Amino acid sequence: MDFNASTLLFLLPEIVLLSAIAVILVLDLFLDQSKRMFTYGLSLAALVATMAAVMLGDSSSRVVMHGAYVVDAMGSVLKMALLSVGIFAFIYSRRYLADRNLFKGEFYVLGLLAILGMMIMVSAGSFLSLYLGLELLALSLYALVAFDGDSKPGSEAAMKYFVLGALASGMLLYGISMIYGATGMLDFAGVAKVIAGGQADQTVLTFGLVFVLIGIAFKFGAVPFHMWAPDVYQGAPVVVTAFLGSVPKIAAFAMAMRILAESMGGLGPEMGWQGWQGMLIILAVLSLALGNVVALVQDNIKRMLAYSTISHVGFIFLGLLAGGDKGYSAAMFYTIIYALTAVGGFGLLAIISRKGLEAEYLHDLKGLNKRSPWLAAMMLLIIFSMAGVPPTVGFFAKLFVLDALVNADLLWLALVAVFFSVIGAFYYLRVIKVIYFDKPESEEPIVANADARLAISVNGLAMLYYGIFPASLLAVCQAAIAAL
Amino acid sequence: MSADWPILSAVIWLPVLGGLLVAFSGDKAPNVSRWLALVVSVLTFLLSLLLYTGFDMNTAAMQFQENIPWIESFQVNYHLGVDGISMPLIILTTFITILVVIAGWQVIQYKPSQYMAAFLIMEGVMVGVFSALDAMLFYVFWEAMLIPMFLIIGIWGGPNRVYATIKFFLYTFLGSVFMLVALIYMYFQSGSMSILDFHTLKLGLTEQILIFLAFLAAFAVKVPMWPVHTWLPDAHVEAPTGGSVILAAIMLKIGGYGFLRFSLPITPDASKELDWLIIAMSLIAVVYIGFVALVQQDMKKLIAYSSIAHMGFVTLGFFIAFIILAKPDVDSGVILGMQGGMVQMVSHGFISAAMFLCVGVLYDRMHSREIADYGGVVNTMPWFAAFMVFFAMANAGLPGTSGFVGEFMVIVASFKADFWFAFLAATTLIVGAAYTLWMVKRVVFGDIANDNVAALQDINKREALVLTSLAIAVLVLGLWPEPLVQVMDASITNLVNHIAVPKL
Repeated sequence: MDFNASTLLFLLPEIVLLSAIAVILVLDLFLDQSKRMFTYGLSLAALVATMAAVMLGDSSSRVVMHGAYVVDAMGSVLKMALLSVGIFAFIYSRRYLADRNLFKGEFYVLGLLAILGMMIMVSAGSFLSLYLGLELLALSLYALVAFDGDSKPGSEAAMKYFVLGALASGMLLYGISMIYGATGMLDFAGVAKVIAGGQADQTVLTFGLVFVLIGIAFKFGAVPFHMWAPDVYQGAPVVVTAFLGSVPKIAAFAMAMRILAESMGGLGPEMGWQGWQGMLIILAVLSLALGNVVALVQDNIKRMLAYSTISHVGFIFLGLLAGGDKGYSAAMFYTIIYALTAVGGFGLLAIISRKGLEAEYLHDLKGLNKRSPWLAAMMLLIIFSMAGVPPTVGFFAKLFVLDALVNADLLWLALVAVFFSVIGAFYYLRVIKVIYFDKPESEEPIVANADARLAISVNGLAMLYYGIFPASLLAVCQAAIAAL
Repeated sequence: MSADWPILSAVIWLPVLGGLLVAFSGDKAPNVSRWLALVVSVLTFLLSLLLYTGFDMNTAAMQFQENIPWIESFQVNYHLGVDGISMPLIILTTFITILVVIAGWQVIQYKPSQYMAAFLIMEGVMVGVFSALDAMLFYVFWEAMLIPMFLIIGIWGGPNRVYATIKFFLYTFLGSVFMLVALIYMYFQSGSMSILDFHTLKLGLTEQILIFLAFLAAFAVKVPMWPVHTWLPDAHVEAPTGGSVILAAIMLKIGGYGFLRFSLPITPDASKELDWLIIAMSLIAVVYIGFVALVQQDMKKLIAYSSIAHMGFVTLGFFIAFIILAKPDVDSGVILGMQGGMVQMVSHGFISAAMFLCVGVLYDRMHSREIADYGGVVNTMPWFAAFMVFFAMANAGLPGTSGFVGEFMVIVASFKADFWFAFLAATTLIVGAAYTLWMVKRVVFGDIANDNVAALQDINKREALVLTSLAIAVLVLGLWPEPLVQVMDASITNLVNHIAVPKL
């Protein structure tokens, strides 16, 4: 096998990001604390440069690096999404970290490494490169969760996350080995070909599928593989939660698409309960039910949003299991929008948090409308988007998924989904209630830095913008899925 | 006829953008936001009058249409248009909003800019509901309506506002999500999201019944019909006066409008099959809820229950159509019933708004809605008493006021369907008079009950302006309903012809 240097050109975004990480890592060593802003600026610049590299690159479908790496429109769109959501997460983090003496270069380096891992996942062409990216992501996240070394809940959460994550990785690897055993292939295209040819041993293949699916469900945090999510979301510093609750969902979606749709498509929706559709139905319904119901009784917003995430994952799965271009593009739209919404919600908590005050309980938001009407309005948009109330974009995300379900003759699942959405609406309304209807505990106005204020404004107004003009993003998702 | 410029869009977006502007004007200079809100609402009202002056009464077709693609891959269009059914309701909306802005002028001291903004945005969204001809656009407006109302009740409402507003939101949200699924289902059957395409879509009886029930879940909650009315008394009691006015005068009408625009034309056979259900629910609302109103201690609650009873006439008028159609020898009863329902909606918009404003006037002075806290108000507030008695008479259906016209038309039409329907509906003439006039007797007449009443000041010019304009509207519609009936005649006739033909 000879190596052709020109194929490296297709990896330009990853190469740009990796080089930037190396530079930042070294440079940061020689900066004293007062110049830490430089690291922050450089990290944002690295993300922007990577976005430029993605945009300039040719995104017509091709497979390079002997099947290990795929270039396609879906990859480019998802990379753009995760880079932009990552930028939001970084901006929200600065002031929060600085207030707690955590404003260190490592935060940004770890974050960038996680993003690099996710980019590799998004573009993975084979199980091995996917696993490589996944581990890079996971290891960075474990460290990030424990970023505040003095925080007991943080360390505990990191430990839990690590143990459960390692277990899930093991399951995934075990599943991959079975799929390899059944098909003799590791690259997605090859596996798909063998399955389509009907030469694979169905029993081994199905077992492999189950284990791989457990890995995916763990990454997403779908019931019953969700146990880590509430503890980790609550234990981690809120800026880490903002990052970990949003960006990795996009990578997890890519992982699900690459594995389920591209390589195991032969066991897809046509197989009904024999293939992964049935398994996803169970995961989705359980996630919707448990996520929405348990969120009702949470007082800690981070924990509440963790359960809300679980219910949103149910919706993403509904899109995936409906299958076809409609279902996949609906799930893709949902994932991107969810990541953008979630980063805004957690970001707002980070903005409200002050030195010595963690805004993480519902009552910390009391009277926000009185203290800062603008921030309250942004949170209103974000929360209503999560609840799926028009004219915010969350409604259209749900609508497209429901539409895909009806299209796939799964009307009953659509009814289940809307039913649980109504239950879910209650706890979102509780958040609006404390923001708008309750009296503030302190009249102290909220000072947000210009960068965070700008970011949350863009983030909140994006909910409205995409709610009024959803067609552009939907068209991008549809084009990306159609080019698979 | 299509407009040279998008009047409907202007009527929708002017108040929405104006509302955002008002919100941004902040509370440093509250008078600026008040005047700004007034200017925006008056301009919107004047704009909406163009819909009336330019309206062609001889056609049932949609007028002032605007149609541009919105989400192309879903065939969702930004499609607006009005006919004789929706146009009067739009003008009602823009008219009532002005009154609400004026009524909240001084009363609202907490964040007045947000208050005014919420009502203006609400106005635009409600006009959007009435003018949307695309199912998805309709749904977006329909749901978006909940957000400002949720905030209005929750921020400016009474002591138990949180419970009331969350109940209001969840009730209506639960009702409408099933409608959403029905809409998506029909999108797959027809390949289009246009409401007009849904009208001609062929559907089997089982499908129709399921779709009809999904619609019923949404519209019955909005109207509200017995037994899903329980959110309304709570919401009304806790809402600020302006919120109650918008709720009663317009939001309830959206439910009735939904029956005319969706349930009847899209699922005529299911409507025929299940008309007994709606008629039963309507009659229970008229009779039973009338008695419930009789025993209320709280004025707002009493008016809220009377709203439910009056809205029972609306749904009764719409759904007796099938029984009359089934009879061989009756001709005009169907159209009479539907028109009666429509007139009743518009009339109830005026009267309920006026009643809530009257209670608001008292509440602003005494901070009590309990009937028992009042008595002899006429001695200290003679002008107010005159208005209150007049509106109470209208509420009781006194001939010469608009309240009489709608009820009379519906009762006459129901005679053609079945004597007992008419008999039961007509009990409202007694019960309605009983609960309204008894309340007026206890509140307005008699000796001065206590020192608080003795200290009352009569209405000021602002309040007088609001109540006078409503009184004129009630009288004009009561004495001369012809213009309203003419406007909707073609559309109602067309609707009746449409539902007379089975779709199966």
